[in-house]
Amino acid sequence: MSVRHSIIDGPALDAPESLDSHLARLGHLPTGSREVIDVLDAAGLRGRGGAAFPVATKWRAVAERSRRDAVVLVNGAEGEPLSAKDRLVMETRPHLVLDGALLAARTVRAREVVVYVGEEHRRALAVMQHALGERSAQERRSTRVLAAPARYVAGEESAAVHFVNEGVALPTTTPPRVFERGVAGRPTLVQNVETLAHVALAARHGGAVRGTALLTLSGAVPRRGVLEVAEGSSIGEALGRAGGPGDHGGALLLGGYFGGWVDLDQAAAMPVDAAWLRSAGMALGCGVVAVLPASRCGVAETARILGWLAEQSARQCGPCVFGLRAIAEAVQRIAERRPQEGDLHRVERWSQQLAGRGACKHPDGAAALLQSALRVFAGDFTMNQVRRTCVATARTAAA
Amino acid sequence: MNNTLLWYTARAAGIVSLVFLSAVVVLGLLARMRVEGRGWPRFLTAAVHRDLALLSLVFLSIHIVTAVTDPFTALGLNAAVVPFGSYYRTFWLGLGTLSVELMLAVVVTSLVRRWIGQRAWKAVHWAAYAVWPMAVLHGIGTGTDAFTLWSLAVTIVCVGGVAVALMWRVDYARRDPLREEKRAAAAASTRELVR
Amino acid sequence: MQELSVDRIRCDGSGFCAEMLPEMIQLDDWGYPILARGAVPADLMQHARRAVAACPVLALKLRAREREVVRR
Repeated sequence: MSVRHSIIDGPALDAPESLDSHLARLGHLPTGSREVIDVLDAAGLRGRGGAAFPVATKWRAVAERSRRDAVVLVNGAEGEPLSAKDRLVMETRPHLVLDGALLAARTVRAREVVVYVGEEHRRALAVMQHALGERSAQERRSTRVLAAPARYVAGEESAAVHFVNEGVALPTTTPPRVFERGVAGRPTLVQNVETLAHVALAARHGGAVRGTALLTLSGAVPRRGVLEVAEGSSIGEALGRAGGPGDHGGALLLGGYFGGWVDLDQAAAMPVDAAWLRSAGMALGCGVVAVLPASRCGVAETARILGWLAEQSARQCGPCVFGLRAIAEAVQRIAERRPQEGDLHRVERWSQQLAGRGACKHPDGAAALLQSALRVFAGDFTMNQVRRTCVATARTAAA
Repeated sequence: MNNTLLWYTARAAGIVSLVFLSAVVVLGLLARMRVEGRGWPRFLTAAVHRDLALLSLVFLSIHIVTAVTDPFTALGLNAAVVPFGSYYRTFWLGLGTLSVELMLAVVVTSLVRRWIGQRAWKAVHWAAYAVWPMAVLHGIGTGTDAFTLWSLAVTIVCVGGVAVALMWRVDYARRDPLREEKRAAAAASTRELVR
Repeated sequence: MQELSVDRIRCDGSGFCAEMLPEMIQLDDWGYPILARGAVPADLMQHARRAVAACPVLALKLRAREREVVRR
C-alpha cells in the first residue's frame, strides 16, 4: 500500500517547526546505510533543483568515491526569482532538510555538511542557523551555514563548491564534476533543499512512497504562492487550486527562467512529472508555474527575461557574454516593434549556437527559453518583426 | 683563425641577434592582439614569433662562442655562464649573460608548455620583458662600436619598434570591453568567507 | 578515438584553432569556437594536435571519448 507523505503537512506555516514537534510528529530518522540508496531508487526520487537527476544515482556516485571524507552541500540558494518553494521548506520545515542532509552524510560517508542559503533569503538563513542549534553536538560541529551571493549562477553546483572553497560563486570548468572533486577536492554531493526534505520523509516510510512536488504559482492567478501537489496530478488542477487562470489563450512559463513557455490550454492537461515533461520537450525545472495572460505580450516578457539572464551571466565565457547580450537586445528591439533588418533570423541562428558553449548551463537555459518563446509566440514574433504591430494589444483592444 | 674575424663575427652575430630578438618581442605582442592580414592568418604571427626566437638562439650561440674563444679579450667560459663573472666591462657583459639565461628559461618552458601547464609557462614568459631590455643595454654597454652611426640607427629602430608595439598592446588591453565586465561580475559573486 | 573539447572559461576567442582545423572548428559571430561533434577522423589527427599546441591559452584539448559514468 503506497502512501503519499507531504512536506507541508504539520503545524501552521507561519513559523518554523521545532525539533521537538518534528520528532514527535515523524519519529526519529533511521540510521543511514547503503539500503537508503535502494529506498530512494525504488521511490524513483529525482532532484528538485531543476535538473531532475535521479537522487539514488547521484548518491551512489559520491559514495563510491568517498573515502569517509565526502561533503554534503545543501543547496538553498534559490536564485530563480519566481521560485519561493525552497525558502518555504527552509523557513517552515528546517528539520526535514537537516534530516535529509544528515542521512545523506551518513550514507555517502561525509564528514562535513555545508548549508548554502541565498544571502537575500534572510529569514531562511536565520531559521536554518537556529534549527542547527537545536541538533546534536556532532551535527553542530560538522555543519556550517553559508550565505550565497544573490546571483543567479550562484546556485549552480560548481559555483556553490567554488564559493565554499574560495569565496567566489562562479561556475568552474568540468571535468572534474563535483561528485568527483568538489569542496576541498573531495567528492561532494550537492542536493536541493526540497529534495532532502523528500529524502527525510521517504527514508522514514521506506517501501513504496508516492511523491509530492512543490510548485510556485505566480503571474495572473488570484492566489499566488507555493502549492504542494501530488506527483502526476495535472497542471490544470494546480492552477485551479490557485484560483485561476481565468481567461484562456495565454501562456505558461513552466520551470521559471530556466524552463520554457508552454501554451496555457495545452499545459493544463500535462502532469506534474519531470520525466514526462522532459520527454515532451519541456521542463518542470524548479517547479515555477507562472501565468501570462493573453493580453500581455509574450515577446516583451521574453525580452525582459533574456535581458535579466544576460545581466546575470558570470561573464566567463565568450558565447554567453556576447551571445546572450546580442540576443536579448535583438528580442527587445523586436518587442518594441523597431527591429533591424534580419533581427528575427539572427535571433533564431544565435539561439542554436548557445547550447553547450559555456562552462555551465546558463546559456543552454536561455536558449531553451528563447526557443520555446519562438514556438509559442511565433505569430507575435513574426508580426512584430515584419508588420511592426503588436498582436497582444490588438487582442486586448478586441476583447 | 683570424682574431679580427672572430671579433667581427661576434659583433655581427650579436647585432643580428638583437634585431631578431626585437622582432620576436614585437611579434609576441602582435600575436596577443590577433593581428592578421590577407594571406596571413593569426596563428602565423605566433608561429613566426616562435621560429624567430629559436633562430635567434642560433645567432646568439655564434655570438657567445666567438666572443668567448676570441684570444684577444680572453673572456673565457666563466663570462658566458656566470652573470657579472667577467673582468671586462663586468656590468654590461653580465647583463648579456643574464639575458641569455633567462631567454633559455623562456624557450625551454615554451617547448614543454603542454606538460608544465599554462600558469607556470606564463609566469616564466613574463621574464621576456626583462630579456630584451637587458640585451639592448648589453649591446650599448659592451659594443666597441656602439656609438657609430649605423649601430645607433639599428638600436633606435629596434627600440622604437618595440616601444610602438608595447604602447599598442597596452591600449588594446585598455580597450578590451570584456575586462571591466569580468571584473565586475566576479566582484558581485565574491564574498569574504568567515571561517 | 579522440574528441575535441574546449575549456570555455580559458578560451579567449583568439581563433587560432579554427585556422588550423577548419574542418572541425568554426568561429561564431564573436570569434569563439564552435566544435564539430564526434571523434576526430584519423586523417585530421595531426592537424588537431597542431591546433591544440597552437592555442595561446591551452584551452583546446584532445581527449579520449568518454563513456559517461553517470547517465540520466
